[in-house]
Amino acid sequence: MRHRVVVTGLGVISALGHNACEFWQALAAGQTGIAPLESVDRALLRFQNAAEVRNYDPARYFDEKEISLLDRFAQFGAIAAREAIADAGFQWTPELRENTAIVTGSCVGGQTTEDDGFVNLYRKNIPRVNPLTIPRTMENAAASRISLETGITGPTYTISTACSSSNHAIGQAFWLVRSGAAQMALSGGSEAVFSLGFLKAWEAMRVVSPDTCRPFSRDRRGLILGEGGAMLVLETLESAQARGAKIYGEIAGFGMSSDAFHITQPSPDGAARAMRAALADAGMEPSEISYINAHGTATPANDATETEAIHKVFGAHAEKIAISSTKSMHGHALGAAGALEAAVTLLALDRSILPPTANYNEPDPQCDLDVIPNQARHAQIECALSNSFAFGGLNAVVAFRRVVA
Amino acid sequence: MSYEELTERVRGIIASNQHLPQEKVTAESTFQELGIDSLDGINILFAVESEFNINIPDDAAQNIRSVRDVVEGIAKLLNMGEGGQAAVQA
Repeated sequence: MRHRVVVTGLGVISALGHNACEFWQALAAGQTGIAPLESVDRALLRFQNAAEVRNYDPARYFDEKEISLLDRFAQFGAIAAREAIADAGFQWTPELRENTAIVTGSCVGGQTTEDDGFVNLYRKNIPRVNPLTIPRTMENAAASRISLETGITGPTYTISTACSSSNHAIGQAFWLVRSGAAQMALSGGSEAVFSLGFLKAWEAMRVVSPDTCRPFSRDRRGLILGEGGAMLVLETLESAQARGAKIYGEIAGFGMSSDAFHITQPSPDGAARAMRAALADAGMEPSEISYINAHGTATPANDATETEAIHKVFGAHAEKIAISSTKSMHGHALGAAGALEAAVTLLALDRSILPPTANYNEPDPQCDLDVIPNQARHAQIECALSNSFAFGGLNAVVAFRRVVA
Repeated sequence: MSYEELTERVRGIIASNQHLPQEKVTAESTFQELGIDSLDGINILFAVESEFNINIPDDAAQNIRSVRDVVEGIAKLLNMGEGGQAAVQA
């Protein structure tokens, strides 16, 4: 038996604030969280701006011993999970804990921790590395922390597919609940990318913008790295209705594909196949889609390729779809990107407001779509997609549907 | 270092970085002819930056599509005129 799966809880910590409410206020106002990088010495980098979680004090959320066990990325995952669970407003029972899944995404895990440890070893010639480096660094550290905090004992795992990680995670969690393999799921992703070694590697890729993130704009010059975490509570429509829960929206379908094309260059065919697969899984016609939260990294290659893929899938209907890249505000949080953007898409469905593509200057003929430039738009939408396309050619697309209360 | 010597060194760097026979990499080869894609291109720039201890800005990097482009980009960064000597010794 197939269940319908809805989202009843949201938690977000990002450059746009420390909770989902602040996140949404900034998105709806078109305010960007991109600003001069603070956590790493800018003098050592060609790019200068980032979407960091600012004014973050881990002591507000964790005691000293817990902080020593948790990398920043795992902290973000746990904080988002706490908010999502509180927001969903259900009561734990032993049976529910056993039948709840946790599926998280992260691209680089606790590499800030690893970086610090290796600086001591390689540069300062300190011949010992902290024994907590391994449990702090593992990509599943956030999932494991959430399990420990909540007592969830169901299926728990982490997916790492670069920039598609958390869309892949949400898709897996969705299928677990839809099939009945799990009664409830907590899913999303978290990432903390701001360490010098990692930023230098991004600098060498020559895809980071020297100013800001301008998706789909002719003068776009690359992505802006971001960080944060977002988690969703997934449960069946029956259980949500039975307990009178607030429903943000339905996760209606999930589609994946692999480009088999190039390790870093995107392919319109792979992206198109993932969108088609998500529509098919949701039982939606392309003409039903009225909003797409784009992958929209603001690299010259991604945005033109994604535009081509959208034209392939939607044909003449493409011009009727409102599309935005909210990476222009919360940055590209890599393995957390899909989770942040799922939260955006669910809030857009729930509030009937479509967040804009911020920092947009001028139309690009290669990106000839309605990209909601700079100003949010009031629109009641029924069906939406959220795209994630990763380095390595791995694509994951989630389809959402509005649920009428 | 003369412009010709610089060209020879760049040919050597590209050949070694891309595992190509050096005779295939001529001063006039384009990246497209050599099967060098965008990721290979940034990998070559990384090798060149390391070899000459220079920083190639992103904007300049975007326009480099041939062996000649690489040589001229380095010459500019090393303040060399064509046929002249490097003001900064690599």
